[in-house]
Amino acid sequence: MTDTTAPDTTAPHTSTSDSSTPGTTPPATSTAVVPETPTPMHSPLHDEHVALGATLTPFAGWLMPLRYSSDLAEHQAVRQAAGLFDLSHMGEIRVSGPQAGAALDHALVGNLTAVGVGRARYTMLCAEDGSVIDDLVVYRTGEEDFLVVANASNAAVVLAELAQRSTRFEVTIGDESEHTALVAVQGPRAQEIVTSITAPDDVDAVARLKYYTGLEATVAGIDALVARTGYTGEDGYELFVPATEATTLWRALLKAGEPHGLVPAGLSARDSLRLEAGMPLYGNELDRTTTPHDAGLGRVVKLDKAEADGAPLPFVGRAALEARDASQPSRVLVGLQGLGRRAARHGFPVVRSTDRLDLVVGQVTSGAPSPTLGFPIAMAYVTPEVSGVGTELAVDVRGRAEPVRVVGLPFYRRPQ
Amino acid sequence: MSTFPENLKYTVEHEWLAQGEPSTFGITDTAAGALGDIVYLELPAVGTEITAGAVCGEIESTKSVSELFSPVTGTVVAINDAAVEDPSLVNSDPYGEGWLVRVDVTETGPLLTAEEYRAEVGS
Repeated sequence: MTDTTAPDTTAPHTSTSDSSTPGTTPPATSTAVVPETPTPMHSPLHDEHVALGATLTPFAGWLMPLRYSSDLAEHQAVRQAAGLFDLSHMGEIRVSGPQAGAALDHALVGNLTAVGVGRARYTMLCAEDGSVIDDLVVYRTGEEDFLVVANASNAAVVLAELAQRSTRFEVTIGDESEHTALVAVQGPRAQEIVTSITAPDDVDAVARLKYYTGLEATVAGIDALVARTGYTGEDGYELFVPATEATTLWRALLKAGEPHGLVPAGLSARDSLRLEAGMPLYGNELDRTTTPHDAGLGRVVKLDKAEADGAPLPFVGRAALEARDASQPSRVLVGLQGLGRRAARHGFPVVRSTDRLDLVVGQVTSGAPSPTLGFPIAMAYVTPEVSGVGTELAVDVRGRAEPVRVVGLPFYRRPQ
Repeated sequence: MSTFPENLKYTVEHEWLAQGEPSTFGITDTAAGALGDIVYLELPAVGTEITAGAVCGEIESTKSVSELFSPVTGTVVAINDAAVEDPSLVNSDPYGEGWLVRVDVTETGPLLTAEEYRAEVGS
């Protein structure tokens, strides 16, 4: 038995088809890649994972849980009840000072000064050529205070870029990654679970949090930034706490969640959940060869952001992204539903039809058998002519064509 | 902890083989554990001639795909339809209900004892 998953030749036992999960070959063109260090960093929850019997895997310089018992069981628990994730490998960068918002408006493609205190925004850090250096969630935690959350693999580059792009602003940039633990509770039972261990004075506010908002609250006796965000397609929370408090919070959530069906969940489930939800993954759908528009995320580029006098606000990548916004795309990110049983995986060629393996019309960025839907799903960049929903294409799965159909994204939407 | 029954032979490609007439093979506990939850099996058709050391099928989990190598040369006389229908059997009982292929063997490839295989996978 030999592992043949496409992009991976180095880590057969933890092989995956993407880069937010382990064993990935990052794009060769990316400068935003941190090489695997010989001794990976440990999450503040490392001992908890070991005690729970997790399969650990090197990922972006960290040793993180791939799964605790079963990928499928963890995936289903998040869809039906709740899952508990350790995301302490993510980077947390504090941007504060009188010009914090202005500095971020210049550094990022979004309009961060327009984000109210207590709100979060999905945005991107782009290069001058418009390509994506990282996708980010930015929380406005105060009038002059923002928390930028970066992918682990890009955290160092994001920190360096923010510092370099902010030199003419009155702003302080601090890397809080090492001292911050991030734990996510995701799933339909998340609210019951988190509020059950929230301080009485904070329960209503935490329960009423809307999607992409956050607040300071006391959970399990710990002062936490509690945000209603996630990467699974389910309702849920992400809790930022001091690394020293991570174990207390983790254990309290496991205990409170157990009667609700909560289980600890690893990176494997996280990846299959986000794929079903049609969410892009840096290193797969996004990299230094893609613009936000390529990924269907042109809306995050705020070309209308303006200076006080109404002049267009200059931000890094503006000229390239304006040009991209005005032009026809050369490729389109689509969803593919597999009509056979063999799954398309990251890097596989998309071809025009099952009998034309030679006629390549695109490339798969992420793919897996969907645990929730029961058939293979994939995201792929294809040429615009074949991007219409319903178009029948095929994927070259290790030399044999598997029929697929273009479908709308996301593949899965949670019941309202 | 992975287990390796003493009565079976093993390959470096993580197959096990129960020698007999016919012989039966599947994938080891270690392999099943490394793959994660197996969701799809592609096995050779009954009557197919398979060759020791050559690919004869595919094993797909949510996270990865592996090729199935035949530990023996011979003719496939049966495949485990129950496991094709419910691949989780390979995870739950890799040496029993999760068997994969039965073969009338004409030739055997290089095999390891349980002890040698345990040393090979380092557990």
